[in-house]
Amino acid sequence: MNTDTKPSARTTDKAAARPDAQVVFRNLDFYYGRHHALKSINLDVYRRHVTAFIGPSGCGKSTLLRTMNRMYDLYPEQRATGELLLEGKNILDRDVDISLLRAEVGMVFQKPTPFPMSIYENIAFGVRLHERLSKTDMDERVTWALQKAALWEETKDKLSQSGMRLSGGQQQRLCIARAIAVRPKVLLLDEPTSALDPISTMHIEELVSELKAEFTIAIVTHNMQQAARISDYTAYMYIGEMVEFGLTDQIFVEPREKQTKDYITGRFG
Amino acid sequence: MDLREKRRIINKIALGLSLLAMLFGLFWLAWVLFTTLRLGVAGLSLSLFTQMTPPPGAGESGGLLNAIAGSLVMIVLAVALGTPLGVLAGIYLAEYGKHTWLGRVTHFVNGVLLSAPSIIVGLFVYAVYVARTGNFSATAGVFSLALIVLPVVVATSENMLRLVPDALREAAFALGAPRHVMILKVTLRASLSGVMTGILLAIARIAGETAPLLFTALSNQFWSLDLNKPMANLPVTIFKFAMSPFKNWQEIAWAGVFLITLGILALNIVARVFFRDQHK
Repeated sequence: MNTDTKPSARTTDKAAARPDAQVVFRNLDFYYGRHHALKSINLDVYRRHVTAFIGPSGCGKSTLLRTMNRMYDLYPEQRATGELLLEGKNILDRDVDISLLRAEVGMVFQKPTPFPMSIYENIAFGVRLHERLSKTDMDERVTWALQKAALWEETKDKLSQSGMRLSGGQQQRLCIARAIAVRPKVLLLDEPTSALDPISTMHIEELVSELKAEFTIAIVTHNMQQAARISDYTAYMYIGEMVEFGLTDQIFVEPREKQTKDYITGRFG
Repeated sequence: MDLREKRRIINKIALGLSLLAMLFGLFWLAWVLFTTLRLGVAGLSLSLFTQMTPPPGAGESGGLLNAIAGSLVMIVLAVALGTPLGVLAGIYLAEYGKHTWLGRVTHFVNGVLLSAPSIIVGLFVYAVYVARTGNFSATAGVFSLALIVLPVVVATSENMLRLVPDALREAAFALGAPRHVMILKVTLRASLSGVMTGILLAIARIAGETAPLLFTALSNQFWSLDLNKPMANLPVTIFKFAMSPFKNWQEIAWAGVFLITLGILALNIVARVFFRDQHK
């Protein structure tokens, strides 16, 4: 350490202000058949931060999320053009290993989707797709994932019970545990609380704030208070276009665009 | 008349009519079951399960052992043949071929096969197998029964798999699962009880089929488990014995009817329990 602390302090400030862009959208266009659903999207998703996507229904926020793990590949009439870089590599390339990509980019959906198997197996399912673990290592991983998802205390005595017998909120935390068990870099949450009651929603929101210490999180939400509460960055979208992107505090306190302001203040949407 | 009063009366009338319709249907069903029970129980005895079908004539005692064994053998083989094919085809239709030309055509053809009269299936196997090999055989019987099992299993497997929400498929894909793993571990497991129910109902369906066996396995007065020879079976034996003027044959026919009815009833109950347990 030298005596000149000021410059180093400034660099730290700079680093905090401009974190590392882990996912980069460059002129990304998306089509459902002929329908042009995303129009030239440019955006950075920062490592170990929460980025929220807000906007009225049909604005393309879920579509945007689903490009990051190429979920759209399942449907032949859907395609994306442009560049979408995950740590510098364009994941839209043909030669990308989709299975590997999805191990790095996990996803949790709107409705809880536990598989018809035990709680333990629900979590082991994804891990087994990518790793060969011994029984003890797998036990450890399942425990770790359940603890991370704040579900361990409720389920540690009934791991062999069917995941479908949990409550809705617990099922959603199981899905989060299942996604992080694979140890992805990025976690996509597509309206994860819209099917849940307020208490369960609160649990998930607390969870998101804790998970961002280890994972990059992109969350789509209809609930603006939720976006304001849990996200570091917010992107406001409207009919396939990225209208405004910035620090959540800035977007909610002093949005640059009038359209954003109208939406956030509830004047339309 | 007051509006609510009128509604109440219309409701009562509608309820009364539907109750009557139910009683009407139930009445015939109960009558059929009662007759089967009354005439069937009279013919029930231990010898039914220990002796072969008897020659005609009063005083000749006999049983249905060869027919019961023959039916069991042919049903088991037909299910063993038709079920794997049917489940695989159902998987193709629901998971792979949903939007393809081949899938749509197969779906349609399967519907036709499903509603084809069983006598046509029997004649088909007669023409392509029995006529060529030159003799009636249990193998031909197995083929015709398998042809009846097949579309039932295809249709139920496909329908049950389609009931699995796409969200579950996407969830498995989102973890990086390849399609075959997703199907084996997620969708097939989610629809297992439905698929099993379909198989049980297919068994119930072929247990009483007479027409296709008439042209293929025919029947056999004696004990035979040779698949290349005609084989005794319950439906054709019942058909033959019930049409005969011999009293001992008629009694045994009724006992056979009773056995089949009981068997199908049991299968249906098992299928129900299966389905219910999985859907709690």
